[in-house]
Amino acid sequence: MESIFALVLAKANYVAYIILMMVGLYAMIVKNNLIKKIVGMTIFQTAVILFYVSIGCKRGATIPILEHHASPETAAHGAEKIVAHAMDAVNVTHYINPLPHVLMLTAIVVGVATLGVALALAIKVYNTYGTVEEDEINQQLRSG
Amino acid sequence: MKILGKLTILLCGVLLMFFTMEFPDWGDPESPASTHLSPYFIQHTMEDTAVPNIVTSVLADYRGYDTMFETTVILTAGLACFLLLRIERKKVPHRYYRHEPTGVTLRMEGDKFPRNSEVFQRMDANWVPYDFIISRTCRLIIPFIQIFALYVVAHGHHSPGGGFQGGVLMGASVILFAISHSLRAAIKSFSEKTAALLSVTGVFIYAGTGALCLIFGEVFLNYSALAPLFGSDRVMARSHGILMVEIGVAVAVTAVMIWIYYNLSSAGKQDEGL
Repeated sequence: MESIFALVLAKANYVAYIILMMVGLYAMIVKNNLIKKIVGMTIFQTAVILFYVSIGCKRGATIPILEHHASPETAAHGAEKIVAHAMDAVNVTHYINPLPHVLMLTAIVVGVATLGVALALAIKVYNTYGTVEEDEINQQLRSG
Repeated sequence: MKILGKLTILLCGVLLMFFTMEFPDWGDPESPASTHLSPYFIQHTMEDTAVPNIVTSVLADYRGYDTMFETTVILTAGLACFLLLRIERKKVPHRYYRHEPTGVTLRMEGDKFPRNSEVFQRMDANWVPYDFIISRTCRLIIPFIQIFALYVVAHGHHSPGGGFQGGVLMGASVILFAISHSLRAAIKSFSEKTAALLSVTGVFIYAGTGALCLIFGEVFLNYSALAPLFGSDRVMARSHGILMVEIGVAVAVTAVMIWIYYNLSSAGKQDEGL
């Protein structure tokens, strides 16, 4: 029992993303309302973002911005000195993995844009059928 | 149906849970994701691009193509919202006005509406009374949000930030104005045409920077080629090129966020907002 608890605690990020992802998937396949489906899709997306960002984490590391000090003299002498200053010791374990952050940075903004398209489609459906409930739309489609 | 859905979710959840137990621990510095590709970027970003923020340098330089098309995706989303909601322009059958001296609300029909009248004040159908505190507070906050957005764009090389974040902040300031005043007031100061033009301009700045590199005789989006243009060495030119590209991204994201908001909040009519 103790070991299972420790195992789950060591992988808490995966547990969190699976729970979030399942909540989103549930809303997407079970809910009848199109808006609720879209909300589910957004939660699903958040789960994926959480998964990626948590992969990039390293224990004891800081944000992926190299330490650099722009003291007055380096600022006056241009970039070469800053480069030289920052290059003397770049320890990989000091900085978290930047790649998942880059991927998710664009994914978040694109996610907002696609959410806008989804809502626009929902508005269009509402204007055409007068409802966003899926079963009522199906009924109207069947009766022609 | 509901039972079936719940069963599927349970099955998926248990399977995922079972197999992720094989994954590396949270925060493990020796995990495969952090040992294969990322050390190169962490160690070489300074000598390659002179940008201390690794996220920025990977986003706009090592992975410049991807970000360019990401910006195009955002532009396409804005266009899709526009084409879905805006193409079918119906006439507004009636509008509501308040006669200010008497405080009577009038419902006017036809196409003769009072324009810029001192006596009649335009109202939304589900009108919320004009709130002095909210509109004044937002007016006070908006300039600071915009300054912060510009800082986030311009300082993306040295601190967390960049084109996407700054662009969203800038867009949020205009959306806040539209919410706190009215959609019509926001459209008056930042029209849909401006939004459409700026969103295309942003993508053009990005692609144009790449094309400029071609003109200078090197590969598309290889900013080192711009060194004679900036009057700096080839490494510093990459840093400046990244800034140009980030500005393009910021302009595009700002305009598309506002454009999508205009179309969504009024269902394409751009007459009465939220």
